[in-house]
Amino acid sequence: MITLTINGNEQKVNVTPDTPLLWVLRDTLGMTGTKFGCGMAQCGACTVHLDGEAVRSCIFPVAAAVGKKITTIEGLSPDRSHPLQQAWIEEEVPQCGYCQSGMIMSAAALLEKNPHPSDTEIDQAMTNVCRCGTYSRVRKAIQQAANT
Amino acid sequence: MDTLNVSRRNFLKSTATVAGGLIIGFHLPHNSRLAQAAETTETAINAWLRIGTDDSVTVMMAHSEMGQGVHTSLPMLVAEELEADWRNIQIETSPIGGVYQNPAMGMQITGGSTSVRLRWEMLRTAGAAAREVLIEAAAQQWQVQPENCRAALGKVIHTNSGQTLSYGQLAEAAAKLMPPDSPKLKSPSEFKIIGQPIKRLDTPAKVDGSAIFGIDVKVPNMLIATVKQSPVFGGKVKQYDEAAAKAIAGVKAVVEIPNGVAVVAENYWQAKKGVEALNVSFAETEHDKQDTASITKLLEQGLTENGAVARNTGDAQAALKTAKTQLTAEYSVPFLAHVTMEPMNCTADVKTDSCEVWVGTQAQEWVQQTAAKVTGLPKEKIAVHTTYLGGGFGRRVELDFVTQAVLLSKTVRQPVKLIWAREEDTQHDFYRPAMRVKFTAGLDEKGMPTAIQTRVVGPSILQRVFPGAVKNGLDSTAVEGIADMRYEIPNQYTDYVMKNTHVPVGFWRSVGHSHNAFFLESFIDEIAHASGKNPYHLRRTLLSKSPRFLKVLDTLVWHTNCDQPAPKGYSRGIAIHHSFGSIVGEVAEVSVSEAGKVTVHRVVCVVDCGIVVNPDTVKAQMESAIVYGLSALKEAITLKNGRVEQSNFHDFPVLKMAEMPQIEVVMISNEEKLGGVGEPGTPPIIPAVTNAIFAATGKRLRHLPIDHKESKL
Repeated sequence: MITLTINGNEQKVNVTPDTPLLWVLRDTLGMTGTKFGCGMAQCGACTVHLDGEAVRSCIFPVAAAVGKKITTIEGLSPDRSHPLQQAWIEEEVPQCGYCQSGMIMSAAALLEKNPHPSDTEIDQAMTNVCRCGTYSRVRKAIQQAANT
Repeated sequence: MDTLNVSRRNFLKSTATVAGGLIIGFHLPHNSRLAQAAETTETAINAWLRIGTDDSVTVMMAHSEMGQGVHTSLPMLVAEELEADWRNIQIETSPIGGVYQNPAMGMQITGGSTSVRLRWEMLRTAGAAAREVLIEAAAQQWQVQPENCRAALGKVIHTNSGQTLSYGQLAEAAAKLMPPDSPKLKSPSEFKIIGQPIKRLDTPAKVDGSAIFGIDVKVPNMLIATVKQSPVFGGKVKQYDEAAAKAIAGVKAVVEIPNGVAVVAENYWQAKKGVEALNVSFAETEHDKQDTASITKLLEQGLTENGAVARNTGDAQAALKTAKTQLTAEYSVPFLAHVTMEPMNCTADVKTDSCEVWVGTQAQEWVQQTAAKVTGLPKEKIAVHTTYLGGGFGRRVELDFVTQAVLLSKTVRQPVKLIWAREEDTQHDFYRPAMRVKFTAGLDEKGMPTAIQTRVVGPSILQRVFPGAVKNGLDSTAVEGIADMRYEIPNQYTDYVMKNTHVPVGFWRSVGHSHNAFFLESFIDEIAHASGKNPYHLRRTLLSKSPRFLKVLDTLVWHTNCDQPAPKGYSRGIAIHHSFGSIVGEVAEVSVSEAGKVTVHRVVCVVDCGIVVNPDTVKAQMESAIVYGLSALKEAITLKNGRVEQSNFHDFPVLKMAEMPQIEVVMISNEEKLGGVGEPGTPPIIPAVTNAIFAATGKRLRHLPIDHKESKL
């Protein structure tokens, strides 16, 4: 048994220690807000926070998450009230929406460290892939959230 | 695709009371083939909207939401004519087939940028008919003339007394009335909802992780599977180590499928480890020696052959002979993968007498037919549940992953969710065809083109998907955008030489336009430069009889000054293309460093898509289509030893945030017939950029991709 702290709750899971955190969240715990995109930390769809740091959970072994505070998109706010979620709605960022959990989690980690990033800093930090091409709206929404 | 003249063969006929509300729908004439399909399951279909006694208005969605916004723009059509209170609008996925078929395709398909323009009249009529019976019901209740009542914001109001009844209060009475066959539709000047940037209904669920995509589906007792498919298309399994896979905890079954092996387990990670443990080897195939070079050679060979004639206007050959000068150029593009963010997946639950499928699909009826074929069950026993699509772009019209999921569930007699690894997704796509083209133009003494001869060579999409649509060797998708060019060149000849390879090809956002706009708009630029003309002015002259095109071009100039030299250090390229009923012009502003790095700084996009339903959706789709096209400047699927060389995002370099130009979208405001918006923004972007690169460097990029190692793109 592995004990995890996810969105403030303790969860016990019976998986092999090498299982990526992504699949523990999705398959074992049924928390499907965190997405699978590439399986090699390239696209960022699986981004969650570990002690506030953005981590790509598709290659992160669950054993290494023990003792850390895991935050997923489901735990970012109870009611879409996080400034980024509000800004995402205001700017109508999502299209297909599949990458957006990861985008928002990456952006939330960025704003924690750097509450007022420049566009260049956003570009450097936000390496998530979006095939619908919502990048300019993502940038705008991050700036908007940073200013609220 | 301009077969969208949906006649008013659909007529309103009946109402029915369901769950204490009003249903409005269409019946089709009895002699219609569709009507027969519709009548067999009459209680389940024919309805476009329901009004609940709680004032809710539920609009049936026959089209899939894959990011293009139709789950908002379609209900807008109903709400407009219904005079609904937008806050009461909700949506529900429609049943399969019948009236929910795409009228242009005779199939329930989301594609071809058709959803809103095909439903334009149908859904507004449904809304208007409902409004009229609600007014009639209120008038009866008040014992007044319907003419003295009006509808607004989900209520009927008696003008003289000011009394009101909500739609919810009227729904049951209205359900007993016969709706009119031809309700009065609004004129565009009366629109209150259409034309407004209404917020998307699906946004909230897409910012908190609650939106359900195919990959998120949960079914009791469900197992998870993944596959290893033959890396050479068409290859068969030679051997694999079943015991090694089964030794992994959680692995429940190893199933051989026609082109590979699947492992079924309790979770994805176990299934993936199982697939790796199989160490599958594949038998040699006749295609093992195929590679990008051999396919290029095949296409080059095609350029020397005569093809199926797609256009023959005037006498191009004679005009070329008498032309003062001739200009010739060859262009090519590579195969491209769709790379939707959500890898291919499908969940199936096959029982002895029924089957359920949960899938993000663009083609519900094909899913149903496929499941029927694999299970041997009648179509009526197959339920298809459409989820949100994590990107479609034409990939999710295909059925390969559906076939596999149904087969796996049938084999293990349990619900199975099949999830492909990204590597499988990249290497087993139905690719945008690699194409090659040769242009010859004849110019007169003023440098104006008098003739253009085009040979298009490449694999055929329709030969695989709709072989009946290939006429005398002509696949219309291969030549679209060239054979129907609007340029006033008096002598035109276009033919197509079909050269199929073992690489499967399919519909990729904007289909043939994706390559043909690059080819044609580059070559028009070449003609302009060869004649010493400004590329904008040449296009303007050649489009003198097409006022909508001229307006797009002139609007581009207004926003970019692209008829003037660019500021120092920058260059501009222009392109204009019509596809899917819309005209889109784009200007790219780029810089090229001394080391050859290309940076796209700004793109201005002018779109004439006729009446605009939701301007923010049109803007978003243009932005999206431009990014999809920009990505394709540097993407390529290449082959070696018969197999695709790329596997994941590290070697298929899609556009990322840091490469994102500033994009400005300008909509031409008019009341023209609706055009599509999902695809038409993609075709002009590549030539706009490569024309700008030529303006900066004098180097004409005729073969894609551009070298992404050297370029910032």
